[in-house]
Order: sequence, then C-alpha cells, then structure tokens
Amino acid sequence: MESMLHITTLHYLVLGAALFLLGVIGVLTRRNVVVVLMSIELILNAVNLNLVAFSHYWQGMPARLGGGPLALHGQVFAIFVITDAAAEAAVGLGILIAFFRNKETVNIDEVNLLKW
Amino acid sequence: MFFLNHIWLIPLLPAFGATIMFFFGRKLQKATVSAVCVGTIVLAFLMACGAVWQYSAWSSTQEHFHQPYQTILYTWLGTDTGHMNYASHGGSPALFQADAGFLLDPLSSIWLLFVTGVGMLIHIYSTGYMAHEGGYYRFFGYLNLFMFSMLTLILANNYVLMFVGWEGVGLCSYLLIGFYFHRKSATDAGNKAFIVNRIGDAGFLLGMFFIAWYFGSLRFTDVTAAARSGHFAIGDPFITAATLLLFVGACGKSAQLPLYVWLPDAMEGPTPVSALIHAATMVTAGVYMVARSNALFVLAPTSMKTVAIVGALTAIFAASIGLVQNDIKRVLAYSTVSQLGYMFLALGVGAFSASVFHVFTHAFFKALLFLGAGAVIHSMSGEQDMRNMGDLAHRIPITYRTMLVATLAIAGIPPFAGFFSKDEILWQTWTKETDAYRILWFIGYATALMTAFYMFRLIYLTFFGKPRMSHEVEHHIHECPHSMAVPLLVLALFSLSAGWLSWPPSLGGSARFEKFLAPVFAKEAQVFQEEGKAAQLAAGEKEAEHTSPTEYLLMFLSVGAAAVGWGMARRSYNNADKGYSEPIAVAAPPVYNLLLNKYYVDEGYDYVFTGRRKLGNVRLGVLGLGEASSWVDSHVIDAAVNDVGWITRLTATISSWWDKWIIDGIGVNGPAILARMLSYPARLFEWGLVQWYALVMTAGLVGFVFYYVYH
Repeated sequence: MESMLHITTLHYLVLGAALFLLGVIGVLTRRNVVVVLMSIELILNAVNLNLVAFSHYWQGMPARLGGGPLALHGQVFAIFVITDAAAEAAVGLGILIAFFRNKETVNIDEVNLLKW
Repeated sequence: MFFLNHIWLIPLLPAFGATIMFFFGRKLQKATVSAVCVGTIVLAFLMACGAVWQYSAWSSTQEHFHQPYQTILYTWLGTDTGHMNYASHGGSPALFQADAGFLLDPLSSIWLLFVTGVGMLIHIYSTGYMAHEGGYYRFFGYLNLFMFSMLTLILANNYVLMFVGWEGVGLCSYLLIGFYFHRKSATDAGNKAFIVNRIGDAGFLLGMFFIAWYFGSLRFTDVTAAARSGHFAIGDPFITAATLLLFVGACGKSAQLPLYVWLPDAMEGPTPVSALIHAATMVTAGVYMVARSNALFVLAPTSMKTVAIVGALTAIFAASIGLVQNDIKRVLAYSTVSQLGYMFLALGVGAFSASVFHVFTHAFFKALLFLGAGAVIHSMSGEQDMRNMGDLAHRIPITYRTMLVATLAIAGIPPFAGFFSKDEILWQTWTKETDAYRILWFIGYATALMTAFYMFRLIYLTFFGKPRMSHEVEHHIHECPHSMAVPLLVLALFSLSAGWLSWPPSLGGSARFEKFLAPVFAKEAQVFQEEGKAAQLAAGEKEAEHTSPTEYLLMFLSVGAAAVGWGMARRSYNNADKGYSEPIAVAAPPVYNLLLNKYYVDEGYDYVFTGRRKLGNVRLGVLGLGEASSWVDSHVIDAAVNDVGWITRLTATISSWWDKWIIDGIGVNGPAILARMLSYPARLFEWGLVQWYALVMTAGLVGFVFYYVYH
C-alpha cells in the first residue's frame, strides 16, 4: 500500500512525457498561433518537470558520486528555462500582434509569405 | 666703318617700307607712298655704296687682304643646345646651323650695287608708270618686299638665309605677276611661275642638304674653304650631285631649259616688274648662287659641263623663239632667257667673272629695254603688239634713243656694254673648251647673230616703218613723264659705259672688273689646271692674259655677226607697213610656225607634265596622276575599305549570332533553365505550412531517437 503511494522518478517522467506529447500534438495540429504558443509552453514545462525530477533523484545519491542535498543543477536550470519561456512568449506574442495588424488573422497556415 | 657694320640695315630698310605699306598703305596718299617706298630704296642704295666703298678700303688693308667681310647678328637656326646635331660625312659631329649673318665680298658687292641702283631707278620710274593705276600702295609694298628679299638673298652668309631670300623673291614675283588679279591670264601666269619655281627650289633644298651633310656647315666661307682645302677629289660624286641639284634650283629661278617656261608668261605683270624682277635682278639669282658655289662647281666637271650645255642650248633656243614673237615684252622675255643662257654658258666653262660681268651689264641694258618698252606701251595706250606700232622714233624721241642705246648694247656693238661682256664670254668659251665642246662657241656665236636680229627687228618694227596703229591710239601718243624719262637716261648712260669697267687687255684696258672679283674666283684657274687638260687650259690662260690674233679674229667675227643681224633686220623691217611679211615666214613657213608657237613646249608640257591635254585617251602629268590616284582611291582603296567593312559586318553578324545563341543561350540561360527545371521537384517540399515543417522535424527527431535506441 505504502509502495503504491510512493511517487518515483518514473512517475514524473511519464507525466513529463504525457505533457510533452500533448504539447507536440498541440503545436502540430492547432491553427491558432496563441494555442501553438501555449502548446510550446507545455513542451517547455514538460522538460522542466524532467529536469527537476532527475535533479531530485540525483539528490538522493551519495555525495561521492556527485549527489547530495546540494546537487541542485537541475532545479536551477529549470528556473532558467522558465525565464526563457517567458521571454519567448513575449517575443512570440509581439510578432503575433505585428502579424495580426497586417493580416487580421492569427491562423498559422496563413503565414506563408516566403513560400515560393 | 659705319656702313659696313650696319650692313644689315640695307635689307631692313625696304622691309620697313613694305611693313608700312602693309599696315597703313591703304590710307596713305600716293605721294606719301612714293616718298616712303622710293625713299627706303634710295637710302638702301646710298648705304650700299657706302658699304662697298668701306669694304674695298677694309679688304685692301694688310690684315684683311682680299677677305670677305662677315657680320653675324645671331644664330638663327639650330643653336648649340639644339636638337639638330647630326653626323656629317666622315662622322664628325656638325650642326645644321644658320646665322642671321651677312657676307660682303666682291661678288655680293656687285650684286648689291646693281640691285639697289637699278632697283632705285625702277622705283622712280614706277611712280610715273603706275601713277594712274589702282593698288598703288600694294604695288610699291610688293616692290619693297621684293627688294628686301633680294638683298637678303645677296647678303646672306649661308645657304639657308639665301634660301629665305630666294623664296621671298619667288613670292614677290608671284604677287607682282598676278598684280592685275582680275585678269585670269595674270593669275595663271603667277601660279605658273610659282609652281615651276617650286621644282627648282626642291633641287636647291636637296643640294643644300647634301652640302650640310658633306661639309658639316652651310656658311659660304666654311664650304668654300673646305672645298678648296684639297681634301676632295675632282669629280667627287657627292659634290657632283650637290652641284647638279643646286643647278636645278638655278634653272628654276633663272629660267633655263627646261624650267624657263614661266618667264615669258611672267610678262603679264606690270612692265616695271618685268624690268626689275624678270630681267635685271631676280632671274640672275641662279647665276649668283652658282657663282657663290664656284668652289664646289669646279670640283665637279660633270656639273660644269651640264651648266655650260644647258646654258648654251637655252641661249639659242630662246633666241630663236625671240626671232618671230610679236609682243614687244615677249621678245624681251625670250631675250632675257637667252642672255641668262649666256651667263650659264660662261659659268659652265669656268669663266665666272665673265658671267658676273654679263649679269652686271645685262642688268642695265635689259632693265632699260623693259622700261623703254613700258614707255612705248604707255604712249601707245596699252598696246603691246609690235604689228600695231611703227614710226614712233620722232614721236617719243627720248624713249627711242635710250632704247637704241640698249639695243646696241645687247647686240654687242662696241663700245656699248654688251660688247665687252658678251665678247668675254665667247672668248672664254673658245679658249676653255676643246674639241667637240667648241660647238658651244658656235652656239653662242649663232645666238649673238640672232640677238642682233631680233633686237633690231624690235627697234624697226616699233620706231620705224609706217605707222600701223589706229587713229585713236595715234592721237594719244605722248612722250613719257620726267619720272620715267630720267631713269631711262641714267640707264642709257650705264648701258653705254658699264662695259668699260672691264676693258679687255687686248684692247689696251686692264680688266678691272675681273681683278676686283679675283679674290672670289682666284683659285678656280688652278683647280682647273690640275684637272688634266692642263696644257690646253694653261695655253688658254696665257692667251687670255696676253693678246692673240685669235682673240681679235673672234672679236671681229662677233661684231660682224651683230652688224649682219642689224643689216638683215633693217632690210626686212625698215619699211614695214600694215600686213608686212616676216622673212622667216616667207622662207620657211613650217619653221616660222614652230618658232611662233615657241616649239610647242607649253603644249608639250600640257600633254606630258600638267596633263591639261589628253594624249589620245591617256592623261599624263599631274592631272593624269590625279586621275590615276582618284581611280586607285575609288577602285582600290575604297574597295579595300568596303571589303574590310563587309568582313567586319559579317564577323559581327556571326559574333552576334554566337553571342545570342551560344553564349547567352547555352552558357547563360542554359544553367538557369536547368536550375529552374531541377527546382520543380525540390520546391514541392516547400509548401509553406509551418506546422508541416514542425511535423517533419518531429518525425525526424523520432526517427533519430529510434535509430539510436534500437540500432
């Protein structure tokens, strides 16, 4: 019973994979750019989840192998990714607004000016 | 020494007059024009007298004994720093250099005196003769310019400056022959004179270049000194060539065969011009040049023979034409050519001083004849044809008497001037030539007979016989004004007495003229003696100095010839009435026609040299050359040009085709087309949907992962 409640790294990874898959499907299938951007956020957060999960797992390892409570690289890296995601959302939305002013649409399949 | 030091002023004075006429003449009164132009010549004459007087004093001093006086103002052509250095014959460096320098020696003294003297008289005469003519200032401007050129020619100390004067007198001759420029015949005659003279001038130039190359100097003193130095053999081919070329120049200027044709036509000019330029002064420039180059000519016996033969032939040729001419000035023109022939005959036999002496006496009596003819024409209201004259002797007595003096002089009747000079020439020809060349003497002798005949024919036709002019003209006959009469009288005086300067030793004289010229020609006799026919020459020289029976015989013969000519003319023409008959026309009509038409030389030249007449269908001469050139130009040159153009166009067409289809088509557009064709399948992948790209990326990623995981 207790073993049933114990959340292992594998759980995190499965959850991350599910989120990543959701994100990819969203990016590939949704026409609305806003939704695509949101899906990208999902992908990034799936990656963050993996990073944090592995880092947590690594904290449980003996110090002589580089583990221990201070092995926080994964968490720190996740903070950077969150920052990066915020910046990316800002730029993406900026481009989207500029695009909307020209085309009066936010559909990604209509973004084809550079097509031959 | 003022006059001698300022000898350059002599030519500059008339140049000053000419300049004034050029700039201001149009606005000046006739009296002012006369004062300026005659004044410059009078001053020049006085300065010339002073210069010759001072020269004779200078050259008789011990240190300058018999030396020529030379003054060099500046180096005019080819300075030391210049680029005209060249190697003379023998390799030593020399300068093609010419000074603005003046040379006075006995030879140029004589020319200087009679040119300024006769020139002055003719200027004075012209003030009367041209008084009623238009272009008065122009006439005197040209005359002054002529005097400047002639004096430059005479006083130059080198060939180049002499050539400047030589061309200058040619120019003035052209301008004055064509003075009545509204008359086509006058301008044609001017052109003829100018063009024929160009042929001679080309010879002169070439001869000059030969001399510059061979002697390394163009100064007369240097060339003469070099020629007499003994370094050059007699018969040296280069000296022969140079002298022959110089003689071509002399032939042009002095109207010798075959270049004499311009002189008779030159009578189109006003009569004073004929007297000054085409009788007394300019036409003797050739004689002067040959005499000036005597040191060269004696080294070239071939040239001397050529000069003598050409001179003799010209003398008899022109005299025979003169026998039948009817235009009073043309008779005198042919007489001039004939007398010039005498001068060249004398030069050719080596009797240089005799030739110069004949130039000297001829200047007076021939100028007088022309001026007298001018006075006759003046009194006859412009009539020049002797067939329409007659019986003028008592109507214009001064003209008649002075012309008679000149005629006696030219015919060689003693004691008039021509007797001494002509007799000297004939005597020298007899003594200096041997064997077959004695024929030159016979030619000269026959010419003397003809001369007497045609001159007395002129006198009798003009002044005796029945009056043959119209009543209108007869009514206007008048003696010439004083300005014309005085020069006639002065010239008559000299025509009588000029010969006395060289009274021959055989008649108890001392040949002062010859002795005066001795420094210029002295060495010639010696060179001639070295030539090989020494014995004969030595004998000749000896005879010339002493008297010999032959000389008296020849003298008697030539006087006899003159008397016979006179008598024949008197018998034929003394009573000439209208329609009188020419004795030659009666005796031999073909000969008469031949002579009257001047041996058809002008026509012959038209056929052969000018090409004005066609020989059958062929045109020779200059015009023929022009036609041939035109044909070559249009048929060969232009054809070649067109062919080249055609070839260019063809190659351009090919090149254009190549460029359009090969370079542009295959080379440039080909790859582009290929790229476009290849791009069709490639761009199918690029359909412009971002999510498709993302899907491919994802698929690729998944593919890589699977590959690495399960490989």
